[in-house]
Amino acid sequence: MRLTVSGIGILGPGLVDWIGARPVLAGDHPYVADALSVSPPLGLNPNERRRATLATRLALDAARQAMAGARSDTTELATVFASADGDMGLIDSMCRDIYEHRVPPSPTVFQNSVHNAVSGYWSIAEGCRGPSTSLAAGDGTFAAGLLEAATQIVCSARSVLLIAFEVPAPELLHPHRPFDSAFACALRLEPAIRSEDHPTLDLALREDEQALTSIQDSALESMRRTNPAARALPLLAAIAAGRSAVIGLPYWPGLQLEVRLEPGA
Amino acid sequence: MPITPARIRAYTLTTALGQGCRPHLQALTEMRPGLRLWTPDEAPVQSWAGVVDGLDDVRLPARLAEFDCRNNRLAELALHGDGFAEQVEAARERRGPSRIGLFLGTSTAGIRHTEQCYRRHFEEKTPGLGEDLRFDSTHAYVSLADYCRRRLGLSGPAIVISTACSSGAKTFAAAQRALSAGLCDAAVVGGVDTLCATTLLGFQALGLLSPTPCTPWGLGRTGISIGEGAAFALLEGNGDADDDGLSLLGYGESTDAYHIASPHPQGDGAVSAMRAALDSAGLSADVIDYINLHGTGTPANDLSEDRAVARVFGDTAIASATKGWTGHTLGASGAVEAVLSLICLRHGLIPGTLNTTTFDPDLSTRLIRDSAPRPLARVLSNAFGFAGNNCTLVFGRTSCA
Repeated sequence: MRLTVSGIGILGPGLVDWIGARPVLAGDHPYVADALSVSPPLGLNPNERRRATLATRLALDAARQAMAGARSDTTELATVFASADGDMGLIDSMCRDIYEHRVPPSPTVFQNSVHNAVSGYWSIAEGCRGPSTSLAAGDGTFAAGLLEAATQIVCSARSVLLIAFEVPAPELLHPHRPFDSAFACALRLEPAIRSEDHPTLDLALREDEQALTSIQDSALESMRRTNPAARALPLLAAIAAGRSAVIGLPYWPGLQLEVRLEPGA
Repeated sequence: MPITPARIRAYTLTTALGQGCRPHLQALTEMRPGLRLWTPDEAPVQSWAGVVDGLDDVRLPARLAEFDCRNNRLAELALHGDGFAEQVEAARERRGPSRIGLFLGTSTAGIRHTEQCYRRHFEEKTPGLGEDLRFDSTHAYVSLADYCRRRLGLSGPAIVISTACSSGAKTFAAAQRALSAGLCDAAVVGGVDTLCATTLLGFQALGLLSPTPCTPWGLGRTGISIGEGAAFALLEGNGDADDDGLSLLGYGESTDAYHIASPHPQGDGAVSAMRAALDSAGLSADVIDYINLHGTGTPANDLSEDRAVARVFGDTAIASATKGWTGHTLGASGAVEAVLSLICLRHGLIPGTLNTTTFDPDLSTRLIRDSAPRPLARVLSNAFGFAGNNCTLVFGRTSCA
């Protein structure tokens, strides 16, 4: 399955946006693990903006970056939201209300706790009424999202915006999902076109023979190994470097998604 | 643009009505209810719920013991209804395990296991949630697909879709695309969701939980009754006509762009999902013989869906809502009601609308009250979720399509 990447967003500690992160991922600048800086979701009304969790703000910021400069109308754009565990802080809040404070869970927290709440906020912020799929596949979630987006593009010949996000677990759940860096990325994907400006991806499922692709910087590699959304980093690094590459992304044990990357000519 | 229909080679479901298609057909035909008065341990909330009996006694195979939780027990129970697991095994032998995809929906997976660990932590002052919290194989969304993938011996593409109450329906759409794109030759689709405290008390906090059995489309309706349920289907892109000849003919998906917990008042998103489903089936609205409504029984949901159905079908729709039997099985409901639609297609039955005695005169779609036999060729099923996520499926007999 071939597709073209026409927009990219990225967000993580020390990775403020795609323009800033590009030389870091390309290896031209050193990575500095700064504090996370997330733009407020401007498309939401003040009430919704106040309620937007870190997961929502991360995802919407990455999506906004990827859509910058898009010429096409976004009101019917299809989206795929990939996150292994959604927003575990909301689950923690509800369980604490019920079992620690012995009060009913907050209705706002409950409605935000569905996995696709992030998708709902994107759709409200952008007035986008296109189809939207929120999915999970554990540590293979980024590959699963990329594969679902590509499948939709092959079937519909239309653009799809893929957003992957993952936030650290709260204290009690942290030992069971141990990572500390929030990370999100977004890829605006189109049916494959010959383009001087945009990289093209060719996807195929492969039985697990080759090693998965890692990333050189040890701090970024640690993020990649622990945060399911950051499994995208080797692909983003290859795009940043503007080089051809074959990247193995983890999908399921014994099955990986192989991405052949051709940079814009 | 019309899609290539996907053949339905096998299907099954387990809800409060029982395991497998037969008790469901009987309950629908005889108007026999499945809901019972249910109060969770955690809070004195009186609700009516669709509880699946016997889950406490279900045992997972020893090699998969780490997956043990209420949700995977329900998956295990349901996979063995109607010989479904054997049908998948036969497909696996025929196609190869890597050529069968797995697309499953859930809203909360095995969160009940985590809830119990929180409870123990705060009641018994244990340090942390405990090393026996098996997060990845119970609570994580992927646990449902991981369990079923191992249980069925599959090694192809697999995902869990979690878009609240449209999850189970959207797995049919994702599978049809995967078949069309050549990612797999067959696909197991479906949904599994089980009762848990956070969901029940969350709906209660939102004021959406009915103190009486839910009455979809009813005058003075008071909200949903929740249920647990699991449904599975085996789809193939092509196949010999040695089955029931039932197919997924079309699907439509949309979002509301309106509100996180309330549907669009005029049903805009639902209209576009239904129209897209009809378009992708290459059908006009007037050839749909029966609509299985989302029909949850909340004032706002039913009003929104009614407006949408009227905009697409006028006042001629033949429709009913089946959540009075099973309760709202949430992330599974789209798959549960897809399978109920397949049962009705196969057996020529229009189900009624259980519990509702007086229909709301402000709703223009007139629902069928009592189940009645009638030959059906094409059925449309709606599933609309929180955060405004909509999915409509169209099923039919391939020979009539």
